[in-house]
Amino acid sequence: MPTIIFTRQLERFLVAPCATVEGATLCEALVAVFASHPTLRGYVLDDQGALRRHVAVYINGRPARDRARLGDPVGPDDEIHVFQALSGG
Amino acid sequence: MSERLHIGTRKGLFEIARREGAWEIVDAHFLGDPVSAVLAEADGSVTAALDLGHFGSKLWRRDSEGVWREIAVPAFPPKPEDDADDPHPWSLVKIWALEPGGIAGRLWAGTMPGGLFRSDDGGASWALNEPLWLMPERRQWMGVAGGEEPGINSILVDPRNPADIRIGVSIAGLWASTDAGASWRIINHGMYNEYMPPEQSGDPIAQDIHRLAHCPAHPDIVWCQHHNGVFRSADGGASWHELTAIRPAKFGFAVAAHPRDPDTAWFVPATKDERRIPVDAKIVVARTRDGGRSFTALTRGLPQRHAYDLVWRHALAVDESGERLAFGSTSGGLWISEDGGDSWTMLDARLPPIAVVRFAPVPR
Repeated sequence: MPTIIFTRQLERFLVAPCATVEGATLCEALVAVFASHPTLRGYVLDDQGALRRHVAVYINGRPARDRARLGDPVGPDDEIHVFQALSGG
Repeated sequence: MSERLHIGTRKGLFEIARREGAWEIVDAHFLGDPVSAVLAEADGSVTAALDLGHFGSKLWRRDSEGVWREIAVPAFPPKPEDDADDPHPWSLVKIWALEPGGIAGRLWAGTMPGGLFRSDDGGASWALNEPLWLMPERRQWMGVAGGEEPGINSILVDPRNPADIRIGVSIAGLWASTDAGASWRIINHGMYNEYMPPEQSGDPIAQDIHRLAHCPAHPDIVWCQHHNGVFRSADGGASWHELTAIRPAKFGFAVAAHPRDPDTAWFVPATKDERRIPVDAKIVVARTRDGGRSFTALTRGLPQRHAYDLVWRHALAVDESGERLAFGSTSGGLWISEDGGDSWTMLDARLPPIAVVRFAPVPR
């Protein structure tokens, strides 16, 4: 099962623990985390479910490509990092 | 008279209280985070909108027991597939106005990109006002510098009837509802702009309303600081006449209306419009007491040399007495008057750039 690691910057606002979750796509993995941490969703995704403009997601070190629908595949040993993008200032 | 101020800044929310005749900072919240709107209510609660650069807009509320909690934030519904030509995003950019709705538990939130939201449960949940958002004319709304999206900056709820609402939009004129938001129409006539082709100068929807303020005791009296001048309406915002007597400039962002006197209002003029600094680097508050026929430039206690402070649209406030005023600047200066603006005292602090200044109502 893939592992998701959230930037520690989020700890100022809410609980966003490292999690190992079920999921074959980035979307499924995030949805699995949000199921137990619903407030976290709005910090990572915008109102339409896309990655926020200034949130960066890396899958095994590569930036996620499908930022609108989160369709990037993830494997059982993959590591997903959620960071704040430097573009946000 | 109010004894407490809430100051929303680029780097946190500051509480200022009057103690033994002097104003001082008594608390700071959300240090490091931009605050885009704040609302203090008579029950002692405070609601603050944060504009987190990376993680979006959030709402926090402090109840009368003094505990801050994150509450629901307004969210747009899924964008229909066939709406690809909508020029504006269906996603919250910033909460720009927060106002009580005149009914227990009701709040209104005005946002960029132009959505108006209502809560009837004290902010526990929010609903987009769809009649306004879905009307075809909304696609003509234009964005503003610094936000790039249209923004609802003012929400006036008639104290006589909470279903009677007016909103001011940068850039889309003044929209009115008489049925609590079930239907809307644009009503402003008499304004003009200098930033559009001449044939569109008087078009109501092309008016950049920087800020609206009404006189709570006479809500048909509405004042407007517009991008191209200062205007007053005596019929609830339907017809406007320009107040050409304002000095030292007609450009500015903020306006405050006296709570009882329909002829008194305050503005903070600045050099228009490309430079946006005080005229001659002197900070001036312009006050009228005769409905805008004449203005007095108030300067006592305000910097009169080498001052480059600008005052944003939500950063000038008057309390329920009409005697206490406060304004904050882009340079982090905060000035308070206890005599209707005749004289001012600067808070001894170097605050971050100030977006919002708001008095707490006297507790009831």
